[in-house]
Order: sequence, then structure tokens, then C-alpha cells
Amino acid sequence: MEIILIGLSHKTAPVEIREKFCLTKDGVAEVLDRLRGISGIREGIVLSTCNRLEIVAAGEGREAEEADLRSLMAEMGRMRPGELAPYLYSYQGGEAVGHLFRVASSLDSMVLGEPQILGQLKEAYGRASDCKATGLILNKLLHRSFSVAKRVRTETKIANQAVSVSFAAVELAKKILGELEDKRVLVVGAGEMSELAVRHFISQGVKEIFVTNRTFSRAAELAEEFNGKAVPFEEFQRQLAKMDIILSSTGSSRYLVRREELTSVIRMRKNRPMFFIDIAVPRDIDPKINEIDNVYVYDIDDLEGIVEVNKEERQKEVAQAQGIIAEGVKSFSQWQRGLEVVPTILALREQAEDVRRREVAKTLALMKNSSEENRKLLETLTTSIVNKILHHPISMLKHQEERGHGRLYTDMTRKIFHLDPEEEEEPVTHE
Amino acid sequence: MNIVFFQAAFFLYFIGAGVSLAHLVTLRPGLARIGRGFLAGGLALHSLAILWRIFESGRTPLTNLHEALSFFAWATIAVYFLLHFKFRLEVLGAFVSPVAVVLMVLASLFPKEIVPVEPILNSFWLPIHVSLAIIGNAMFALAFAAGVMYLIQERQIKSKKIGVFYRRLPALQVLDDLNYRCLTLGFPLLTLGIITGSIWAESAWGTYWSWDPKQTWSLITWFIYAALLHGRLTVGWRGRRAATFAVVGFFFLVFTFLGVNLLLSGPHGFK
Repeated sequence: MEIILIGLSHKTAPVEIREKFCLTKDGVAEVLDRLRGISGIREGIVLSTCNRLEIVAAGEGREAEEADLRSLMAEMGRMRPGELAPYLYSYQGGEAVGHLFRVASSLDSMVLGEPQILGQLKEAYGRASDCKATGLILNKLLHRSFSVAKRVRTETKIANQAVSVSFAAVELAKKILGELEDKRVLVVGAGEMSELAVRHFISQGVKEIFVTNRTFSRAAELAEEFNGKAVPFEEFQRQLAKMDIILSSTGSSRYLVRREELTSVIRMRKNRPMFFIDIAVPRDIDPKINEIDNVYVYDIDDLEGIVEVNKEERQKEVAQAQGIIAEGVKSFSQWQRGLEVVPTILALREQAEDVRRREVAKTLALMKNSSEENRKLLETLTTSIVNKILHHPISMLKHQEERGHGRLYTDMTRKIFHLDPEEEEEPVTHE
Repeated sequence: MNIVFFQAAFFLYFIGAGVSLAHLVTLRPGLARIGRGFLAGGLALHSLAILWRIFESGRTPLTNLHEALSFFAWATIAVYFLLHFKFRLEVLGAFVSPVAVVLMVLASLFPKEIVPVEPILNSFWLPIHVSLAIIGNAMFALAFAAGVMYLIQERQIKSKKIGVFYRRLPALQVLDDLNYRCLTLGFPLLTLGIITGSIWAESAWGTYWSWDPKQTWSLITWFIYAALLHGRLTVGWRGRRAATFAVVGFFFLVFTFLGVNLLLSGPHGFK
């Protein structure tokens, strides 16, 4: 049986194409249904995110299968197959496995190392198995992809550094102020980016949030949302000395906080450090404030600069991640080969013969007068016991192969007789 | 026999420092613990070396430069472990252990033979005065390490050039806390060291204070740390200024400890 993967992603298709492939829950179920209608395809999974649509299928490896999958894709996007073809990629066998592992490990994502894709893949797998569209091969493949992704996350630094402006700001705050639990955050001006950053701060344990805005009602609204306090705009400068982190994003055309004012503020604070995050353009915070000891000012460009550096850092980890993926692909193809009936029968016989020989040797060592004749008798006896016991399982394996259930039975046999000692995987729960 | 233990400890410190630095470079999580393991092993052997020397010499082994430097290194590592359990800074070892290794190198350069101490100096003040002063010095060595780390990290964040140290070093606030903790522990020890020294001087030489170079330089060092502590407590000095003071103070301290003995003459100090 052969694994086929076909799909499109942000790397091959522009958004106008990708948006045609945004599937709803029911849409996925429908595609899964159609998938199993294709002759030769036994199992399938559909992964649909805003950046990609991928179909992973286990089929018999006939050429028609790929063509059928392509036309299924075209139908999904309501496009002609020839029209869609330039945006599609397709892989088979080991390459398909490798691609899936790369996707799961977030090596193929728009933001390298982002964590969502693994959850999305788990969800896709859950849907497919709810629809009973997965079987022996894809169950194994998906569990493998989850464990490869986990290894990549823990063994490389691919997901270590912040690659968004708001996360980079939170990381900086922690590098300056240490623990954030007892720190106060003042939000000046309401905007989408500052809301996002405030949420990150709250998730880092910040409890006291203050909000100020030229329109007080808006400040009150936001403050309520964050469980914080609203501060009248005319007053916020007088409150600066109380604040540790100031997040500013107003539309003001001149500086709201100037260096001269801040020197007295920092004196009042007895030099306790302050961190200004200025994401407004034009800027709200006088950049000269950064020259004052224990005060740090980062504007949007500074933060973008850090994000760039962090992205490069992640890029450096790709080679190591690819090594882990290559290992995963190799071990998966080994498992697949093991599913062939003949090697399984051989392994089974070998194992039984091994046990038999060891036990005979043990018994012979205990026997006081072991004549050559006795030894021969013992050999014959044990060999015929082994053959008798193995006869039925082996003929069953051969018989089931003829009926096309070979893989299922070889897999079972390998598990029951423990023919692959290193095989052990953690169970995956999909929520 | 104490020398064998001393050399074994030196060897383990050296490996421990190497592994800790390797951790700083690679950030491989296991390395910090392995480094600490070597340092802890070194500390254990070093403690044995000191005990053995007490046993062999029949007195406090704090009378010559070898003994004093060796004890300084021992105290630095001991204080490091003490603070490690409080602060848990994985990279601190990489900054402290090289200081200990340098002290061990210096200690092994000076004659290691056990020589009889002048009877006039052989009093019970000897262990009290010298060990208080040296443990205080070890605290300031830690403050020095924290100060260096602070200055590097502060430079990185202020200049907005996120370099290799940004991720490796802890938060500024944590380094400042460490600096403060070392200061509040080290300063009383240094003060007590000076007071007990002058009491001992009175009983040995008949005068509390004679302005010999060691005393003069100790007082200068004491004033630097006193100024820092005063600044911190009253006007809220912290951050870069405090870190700079801790670094500069340590240079004065090292000069008082070594330079005075080697460059200036006086009745005080180690032979």
C-alpha cells in the first residue's frame, strides 16, 4: 500500500486560490466520504487550515488514484483540473511521509515553528477517525507525525524565540523587569496591537492594568474588558511614576512623554526600572528617554528588528529538525516494509526457533546422561511442537494476504509475538 | 596529603568551569547541572584539603598567600552554591567558576609548604579575622560576577542590539537583586573583618590602627562598598550604577588582597 499526499499551501497558492479551499466541519466530512469512494483508496485524512489544504491517503499505489485525487481537489475548489494544477503539489511514499512530518513540525508553516499547526493536524486526524476514514496505515503515520513534531519542538530551538511584535515586547519586559506578576501596565490609546500585547501580559501574570484614552468611554470599555482601571487622559502623566510598563499606541502627532518630564518621574520611583513600548507611528514617546538610566524605550522598528533576529535564529534550527524528520521517515518505512507477509513469517519462525534452541540447550545442560540419541529425540520433539503451533498462524497469514487483509494480520502478529521490540508509542488524545 | 586534595579540587573546578562555559555557549540544559556537579565535587575535595591542612599544621591554615587564596576560592564556590539555591540562575556558574579557577591558579603559584607562624600572631583572632574578611570577599566576588552580567545585559537591551548574551543572561531585575543580596551579606562581613582585625592588632602590636598599607587599602575598599550600600538604601541607586560600583569595588578588593602583599611592604598580611 502506498501513501499519497496532495495539497496546496501558502507556498504554492495565493490567497485567492486558498480561500476556495476553506472547508467547514461538514465540508471535511463530505470530502472524506468522497475520498473513500475513489477506487483503491482505503484511508484518508483532510487537513484544512487557512494556509493549506492537504489530503493524505493510503491507496494501492495505482496511477489513477493520484489523478482521481486531483480531480476531487478541483471539484472542491470549483475549478477545472488544468486550472488548479500549477498550485498543487503531490508526493508519494517516503516523500509524502516526509512532507507530512515537516508540516506537523511546523517547518512548512508561514511562521516557522508556530505551534498551532500540530493542533490542527490532531483535529483533522480526530475528524477522520470519527468518520472511520483512517485505518492501520494512517493511524500509525499520524501518531508518528505527532511524535516527530514533539521531538522537533523539544530537541531543537525552533519554537524558542518570539516572532511576533507583541510577544517580543513581552519577552523584553521580562528581561528587564524579571517576574511580571507584581508589575503595573499602562495602556495609552486603544488599538488592536496593544490589546494583543495586553493579553500576552495578562497571560504572563500581570494583574494590574490601567487604560487611558482621549475618549474616556473607550478607555473605560477596554479597562472593563481587561479587568483594569480607566485613567482620564489628562491625568495619565501624573500617574506615570506608578507604572512599570507603558504601552503606547495613540494617533498623537507629537510626543506624549518627554525626556524632561521623565527624569523627575524616575527620581520619584527611586530608579525602579520602566519599560516603554511605543507602537505608535508617529511615535508617542520621546526616544531620548532611552538615554536615562533604568528606562528603556522600544519603538515599533526596534521590536521588528528583534523579531527579525529571532526568525533568523529559528532558521538556524531547521537543519537539525530535518535530521529528526529524516529519522522518522526511515523508521516509518521500516515499519511499512515489516507489514509484508513474507518477512513477518520469517521473523516469526526465527523467533520461535530461537526460543526452542535456547530451551533445548538449557534442558540438555540439566540432563545427567544425555546420550546422542536422547538429544536427537529432544530436538525432534521440540521442532515438531514449534511447527504444530506455528502452522495455523502462518497459513492464516498467507490466506489473509490472498484476501487483501495481509497488513492488518501482519501488524497483529508482530504485536502479539512482539517481533519489533523497539516499537512503543504514546497514545494520542485528540480533543 | 592536603596538596593532593587541593590539586584534585583544582582539577574539578577547572572542568566545572569548562562545562559551565560550554553551557553558556550551547545552552544545552543538561550541561549546567553537570558543571555544578563538578564544582560541588571540587568543593567537597577542597573542604577535605583544608581540614587536612588544619590537621597537618595544627593551626588555622590562613597564614600565607597560598592558604588565603585557596580559602578565597573555596569560599567563592561555597557562596555560589548558597546563592544558587536562592536564585537558581543557570548561567551564574559560568561567571563565578572562572573567578574561582583564577584564584586557584594564583594559590598554586605560591609556596605550599607549611611553615610555623610567628607566635605573636598565633591567637584565636587569626581564624576569626581572616575567615570573616575572606568570606566577605567571596560575597563581593559574586557581586562582581552579577555586576559584569548586568552590564553586559544592560548594554544589549539599551542599544537594542540583541546579541548572543540577551537570551543567555537572566533578567536585569534579577541580577540587580543578586547584586544587592551579595552586598548586604558581604558588607557586614567585611566590616566585622576589619573590626576584629583591629582588636587583634591591639592585642598583638598594642595599637588598634597603624595605617599600614593593608589597613589603608581595606578602608578604601570598605568606603566604596559603604557608598554603594548607602546609595542603594537612601537615594535608590540601582542598575548600572550599582553594577559598576560592584565591579570597581572588586578591583580595589583584589588589590587590597594581593597587590598590597606583593607590591607594598608592611607587617600585615601573608608571607
